[in-house]
Amino acid sequence: MKYVDEFRDGALAKNIAVNITREADPRRRYHLMEFCGGHTHAISRYGIADLLPANVRMIHGPGCPVCVLPAGRVENAIQLAQLPELILCCYGDLLRVPAGGGMSLLKAKARGADVRMVYSSGDAVKIAQENPQRQVVFFAIGFETTTPPTAVAIRQAQALNLKNFSVFCNHVLTPSAIAHILQSPEIRRLGVLALDGFIGPAHVSTVIGSRPYEYFAEEFQKPVVIAGFEPLDVMQAILMLVRQLNEGRAEVENEFSRAVTRDGNVKAQLLVAEVFELRRVFEWRGLGLVPYSALRIKAQYSAFDAEQRFDIPHISIADNKACECGAILRGVKRPQDCKLFGTVCTPDNPVGSCMVSSEGACAAHYSYGRFREAA
Amino acid sequence: MCLAIPACVEELIAGDSAIVNLGGVRKEISLALVEDVAVGDYVIVHVGFALQKLDPEEAAQTLALFAEIGGAAQE
Amino acid sequence: MSKIKPGYARPLDFKHGRVDMTHGSGGRAMAQLIDELFVAAFDNEFLRQMNDQARFPAPQGRMVMSTDSHVVSPLFFPGGDIGCLSVHGTINDVAMSGARPLYLSASFILEEGFPLADLKRIVESMAQAARDAGVPIVTGDTKVVEQGKGDGVFITTTGIGVVPEGINISGERARPGDKILVSGMLGDHGVAVMSLRENLTFHTSIESDTAALHGLVAAMVAAVPDIHVLRDPTRGGLATTLNEIARQSAVGMILHEGKLPIREQVKAACEFLGLDPLYVANEGKLAAICAPEDADRLLQAMRAHPLGSDTAIVGEVIEDPHYFVQMETSFGGRRVVDWLTGEQLPRIC
Repeated sequence: MKYVDEFRDGALAKNIAVNITREADPRRRYHLMEFCGGHTHAISRYGIADLLPANVRMIHGPGCPVCVLPAGRVENAIQLAQLPELILCCYGDLLRVPAGGGMSLLKAKARGADVRMVYSSGDAVKIAQENPQRQVVFFAIGFETTTPPTAVAIRQAQALNLKNFSVFCNHVLTPSAIAHILQSPEIRRLGVLALDGFIGPAHVSTVIGSRPYEYFAEEFQKPVVIAGFEPLDVMQAILMLVRQLNEGRAEVENEFSRAVTRDGNVKAQLLVAEVFELRRVFEWRGLGLVPYSALRIKAQYSAFDAEQRFDIPHISIADNKACECGAILRGVKRPQDCKLFGTVCTPDNPVGSCMVSSEGACAAHYSYGRFREAA
Repeated sequence: MCLAIPACVEELIAGDSAIVNLGGVRKEISLALVEDVAVGDYVIVHVGFALQKLDPEEAAQTLALFAEIGGAAQE
Repeated sequence: MSKIKPGYARPLDFKHGRVDMTHGSGGRAMAQLIDELFVAAFDNEFLRQMNDQARFPAPQGRMVMSTDSHVVSPLFFPGGDIGCLSVHGTINDVAMSGARPLYLSASFILEEGFPLADLKRIVESMAQAARDAGVPIVTGDTKVVEQGKGDGVFITTTGIGVVPEGINISGERARPGDKILVSGMLGDHGVAVMSLRENLTFHTSIESDTAALHGLVAAMVAAVPDIHVLRDPTRGGLATTLNEIARQSAVGMILHEGKLPIREQVKAACEFLGLDPLYVANEGKLAAICAPEDADRLLQAMRAHPLGSDTAIVGEVIEDPHYFVQMETSFGGRRVVDWLTGEQLPRIC
């Protein structure tokens, strides 16, 4: 596969690893957060941690939209799915997220709710066209990469004059999450969490461009390197961060230059701005209420807003008291630090969201890393 | 986040869509989010949509960077 | 005016007819279905006796029995269908003990309304598979359930076979130092089936690899009688199969990513959907574990057989108190290849 295989080459990986080891200053530690869940997955899947020197440590950030979706919103979706004749469409990642009382969309499906996994938002529109007598709700989640496809679906539904299609919108914004982490007490208070730099998300950045990160680099004096999705990209980005930190720079650099520009995909951005607007505040699982961090559907498209069409109450479901997802999402604790990890909470029976998504820090560690601890 | 992969545009079809090819697997995707896509271009595909065109020159430059010999060890 | 022949019975309408409740009720309609479809297709001395059981002399040696239910959806997929799948699947389960499969039984649960044309296609596919394998279907059963209570058709096949003396192939026999081989390309079946699933449509030329492996096994056992373990990696893929064996044998394993035989298209399809080929089902492949000194001879024997031409040595068995299956990535790092969690679902993240 072109543009994929070359970016996974083992020999080049060794070369970059040698560079990192050579250039990392043995007198200091480097704490780098990879924000994006896809990067977490790549780091685990390719065993990148094995190739880094001991003083370069990766912290897993909250860039996993499944992980940060509050259980209450999943509960809302389950209740919608249980309405008679309603078809709930969602991405595969959502099916096993635990809501309240051990329920999930998959379990609701097993009990008779019509829950259908789709690969694309367009598939949900198609289902609505094919089932004009039934209400079809698309459970939309995701960061800025996945939001434009939802916008396209809403506009498509409008063009088709569909009366039975609506979207339950849970789209969230990357820069807000990064700001929230950087402003958290653990970072501000010295000694609790050292965070030296960020690996910026790959595909979010193809949409929003590299410009939005300039604020963080400037304001918080932390370097950001936007990295592509493949393991070599991640390693090169780590090298670039090490170099910035050695040289005392705090800039935004773009390793994923083959797909990311400073402005990003303006067409997609305009489409999103046409259909969505900012919510004043939104609850993130593990991070609490974060201002201006999420989107809702604008008034002129309210005909397609599930929160207007249906009564969707605000449900607050507290996480299990022993669940450390919140701290893990903020990078303050590691999966191994959670009492439930690997015992009560496993990929088969996830208690918290970090275990459900295959790139949540806990799932990634369980699947790929736990043998290192045991060995 | 965001599982997305680079795929080659094989055919443009009506309704702002295209058939892309990744390693021999063909899929129909939407071009609603991009512009000026031609057959032979590579695009990043996410949940059935092309998000961005891939720049082959930048790709080559990035690969070259991977192969560079790094700087001297810190003193 | 034409004369109506005495004894005329209207034959089943295989073009437009559908299964209805009478076909399972034990009466004339059911007898007609059995006669005109099943017996006609499977056609052997046992079935022709029209008894509820098949009678045969006890074979010499240790006997092996295995059963499998088949609920695959869609029923027809590139490279096969639920019919031949059900024949191959059980033949393979029997063969994984080193046994020579002898007979099969087949029971059908049909949903009211299921098109007879599809049923005929499935049954004829089974008949062909059984003939090609040389393993007759000697007895069976049919039931019909109300519409909505079945997915078209469910098929359960049971098979028996005989293990030759001196052969002891079993999941707890893997030993540190043993080599792990797979008989060919991984993930074909799962990808072929998934490509037809609603909402996941992608177009590939990948076909299911469904096949009866007893011939390959016979060739393998002839070359290396002391094979330790054989298993076919069906649901859950190679990863699940190896994890099962690791636990049974109380050992660990290391796979080498670069050695795994996987087609480019299967890799690409898995990329599109965010799946790992190690967890994708195979229906015409086997994993074999043998002593290191036998590995090359086994490899040659397998490669010489048409169903094993892409055989590769993919890893080895090690001591490991945690029974982990690990993989050395093409990157030089190591990761655990864990049990499958729930069902593999396509990801967006």
